Amino acid sequence: MTEFFTYVIQGIPYGCVFALVAVGLVLTYKTSGVFNLAFGAQAFVAAAVYYDVHVRHGWSRWPALAFVVLVLSPALGLLLDVAIFRHLRTASPIAKLVASLGLLVAVPQIVSIWLGQSSTFGVVGIWWDDNALYHFGKFVLDGRQMAIIVSTVVAVTLLGFLFRFAPIGLRMRAVVESPRMTELAGVDSDRVSAFSWMLSSLFAGLAGVLLAPLYASLASQNFSTLLIAAIAAAAFARLTSIPLALVGGLLLGITQALLSGYLPPASVIAQNLKPSLPFAALFLLLLFWPGLRSAVQNKDPLSGVDPPPSPPVAESRGEFLTKTTRVFGTVVVAGALLWLLTSATSYWIGIATTAVVLSVIFLSITVITGMAGQVSLCQATFAGVGAFSTAQIVKVFGLSVLPTLLIGAFVAAAVGALLAVPMLRLGGIFLSLGTLAFAVMFDTLLAPLGWVSGGAHPVRVPRPIGFVDDRSFLILCVVILVIASIFVIFIRRGTTGRFLHALRGSETASRSIGINPTRVRILAFAVSAGLAGLGGGLLAVQKNIATKEDFGYFLSLFFVVLVVTLMPSTVEGAINAGVGFALVPEVLKLVGVSVSWEFVLFGLGAITYARHPEGVLEFQKRKSLAAIEKRLPARWRGPGVDPTVLPAGSAD
Amino acid sequence: MALLDAVDVTKRFSGITALDAVSMRVDDGESVGLIGPNGAGKTTFFNCLLGLLRPESGSVTFAGRNLTRAPVYRRARAGLGRTFQRMELFAGMTVRDHLLVAERSRLGTGRFWKDVLNLAAPSADERARADATLELLALRDVADAPIEALSLGRGRLVEVGRALMTEPKLLLLDEPSSGLDAAETAALAATLRAVQAERGTAVLLVEHDVEFVRSFSDRLYVLDFGTLIATGPTAEVLGSDEVRRAYLGETV
Ligand SMILES: Nc1ncnc2c1ncn2[C@@H]1O[C@H](COP(=O)(O)OP(=O)(O)O)[C@@H](O)[C@H]1O
Ligand SMILES: [Mg+2]
Repeated sequence: MTEFFTYVIQGIPYGCVFALVAVGLVLTYKTSGVFNLAFGAQAFVAAAVYYDVHVRHGWSRWPALAFVVLVLSPALGLLLDVAIFRHLRTASPIAKLVASLGLLVAVPQIVSIWLGQSSTFGVVGIWWDDNALYHFGKFVLDGRQMAIIVSTVVAVTLLGFLFRFAPIGLRMRAVVESPRMTELAGVDSDRVSAFSWMLSSLFAGLAGVLLAPLYASLASQNFSTLLIAAIAAAAFARLTSIPLALVGGLLLGITQALLSGYLPPASVIAQNLKPSLPFAALFLLLLFWPGLRSAVQNKDPLSGVDPPPSPPVAESRGEFLTKTTRVFGTVVVAGALLWLLTSATSYWIGIATTAVVLSVIFLSITVITGMAGQVSLCQATFAGVGAFSTAQIVKVFGLSVLPTLLIGAFVAAAVGALLAVPMLRLGGIFLSLGTLAFAVMFDTLLAPLGWVSGGAHPVRVPRPIGFVDDRSFLILCVVILVIASIFVIFIRRGTTGRFLHALRGSETASRSIGINPTRVRILAFAVSAGLAGLGGGLLAVQKNIATKEDFGYFLSLFFVVLVVTLMPSTVEGAINAGVGFALVPEVLKLVGVSVSWEFVLFGLGAITYARHPEGVLEFQKRKSLAAIEKRLPARWRGPGVDPTVLPAGSAD
Repeated sequence: MALLDAVDVTKRFSGITALDAVSMRVDDGESVGLIGPNGAGKTTFFNCLLGLLRPESGSVTFAGRNLTRAPVYRRARAGLGRTFQRMELFAGMTVRDHLLVAERSRLGTGRFWKDVLNLAAPSADERARADATLELLALRDVADAPIEALSLGRGRLVEVGRALMTEPKLLLLDEPSSGLDAAETAALAATLRAVQAERGTAVLLVEHDVEFVRSFSDRLYVLDFGTLIATGPTAEVLGSDEVRRAYLGETV
């Protein structure tokens, strides 16, 4: 029994941190409809600044803590609300999620650039002595754990008082209970939303400062992973109830501690199960927690008061742009190929191959996001499934590489289809969160296993016979990319593509004319996963090795952010993204700045997804070409589509 | 045997009973009206018929098949077509493509391998059928325009056309005249009558415009607060005191 309680006690501090994050997530979700993935980034900012002022600049503990948690964090929350999310109020939940995803990718990198790489060790907590031991009967807690428990109790108590007695707290509670009602009752929703962003950001800051000393060094990945874990607690609270978010967080922390206490430590599964528990919990909660799905489906009866989300921009380009792009594209591609096949060094051939291979992976995002309108956050995982299957099948069965690439793609497609069956019942942002949970689960639970990735000894894959040298392998990749692109174009033109277009326009109407949305979307998922798997396999073959580092969940996030920034809906966009992925780091090196700027650039770019679902690049292209077109003689002009004007929506 | 036989359909939304044991029958080729004040439950009834909402109890039999538990797309393929009060069009699609998509989904035969081999383009036959419907609804001139370019009235016609492409045995029309002026409404009514004459489709019409209802429907159901309060031949029902009080008194 004592053993049991020892584990429970050990789980409580982690549980408290989960709880703090979950409360913050629920707060912003309920008051502004944003599921704020950037929360982890906000926690990281706080931890980093606390480290900077306290350790590097020698401020003493209390001023440093007060500055970070009470000033900086709320200010950051306010900034995010005023600069970004306030303008997205009528955007679709998916667009809001993508904006926060962009921040999750960009913000930690900005901090890392500012902090510098080297000196982020020696993080200290806020307690008088982190390592002091406190005995409560048979149980022992150290200073870090005490700090977490005490701070959480204080923060939650204050939150309770705020909600009960302070006017702004009461208004906020009203908004949490029924946002539309309160708006109609004349509550200033801007002020309430600003306040709730400040408050939730304060919670993020506190969680960050408390969490930092539990790790050896300050790494943004720890905070992102924590965020994703805490989503499970928020899901437990059905994204609505703050008390349940607290309970969910504690339960999560305690279960994790119990699991690691009681499972035999030697087994590989047990080692992987512990870190993956929150993600498995999230995955299962999303699928089976009954209240969650009804919370999504039972829309606010007054939601009709909201203006409907603005319709997507006309998908067709002007004729002029189409022609110009075609001519320009052909010339550039032909020129580049000529150079690569004749005089380029092997360094540049490698970069070009990466661009081509990544383009294949990005085609999968064209299908799932551009065509099916879903944001999947596990495309790198599908690529990994393709890569590992290819590598293992070649190694174990000795099949030749080229046909095995296809088998790998089919394995990934099958995994995608299987995942889609339960996921599609969720829809919207919950589908995105579910795919994210799957990605992290795969990373922590499956990817380390020997029969998947080879474990400590990654599987090696040879190049196909006849394509061993870099130049001929590049040609092979180009051929595969061309075939994959044509495949995607045919599907877009075919029944599947047109049904997906209809479903994007109106799911209700699509069903009412006999379209089975589940079937079409499962197909889209399978095709998308298959393309990712093919690209992943190629990547492994290019590098001669399939390692799990090439397919981590963070890459999935970056892929989405990158493609969405450039042009999510076309094959051309996928290729642009592939080239961008390979070339931007080179450009940054040339300019002499940190390669991390790539993440910042595209992360911030993704925030514009809500305004420009066709991609910022595409938007700029249309705008500047429209400007050029105006100056052309009339007979060269197309039928004149103004790209900057949204088409009128179908009114009531 | 009635074409549509809905029996005791009951639907509740947390607290309010939007439909209370509503029963309705429509025969082949018949033209029936469903009227009632705002919030009476007319749209909810349509949603229950088509399966967009699951009623708490009651059954829906259509063309001899019990569809009570069937998914929406199966009901559509069985011959239920509908339009929407709040228009549901496919943004970014041309008018013709709206019809072609409906044509393709009607039988559920779009095979994936045909997509992959680029064999899924609309066939000559499909195009001809779409053209015939465009002709019928006088939409020829905007066939290749994106849907965003259309006026509200013609948008409603596209909804009708899209539903017609699935060859419905029963067409559910939800306030087709809302947002249209008198001339547009008259034109729409004429078009719908022409459609019915040519295709013999049964129609269940929800409509506020009394003249429209009078000229179009042979028979009426009146819904008020989720209960059927009257039914019978159009002239008779529109003349009854109870209906005048519950409905006409409010809107006329
Ligand atoms: N999805 C829903 N959730 C909650 N209440 C609803 C929903 N749809 C309709 N209602 C309620 O059901 C009642 C009937 O609505 P509706 O069928 O739209 O009426 P009508 O079409 O006759 O104007 C109304 O009180 C409406 O508020
Ligand atoms: Mg209605």
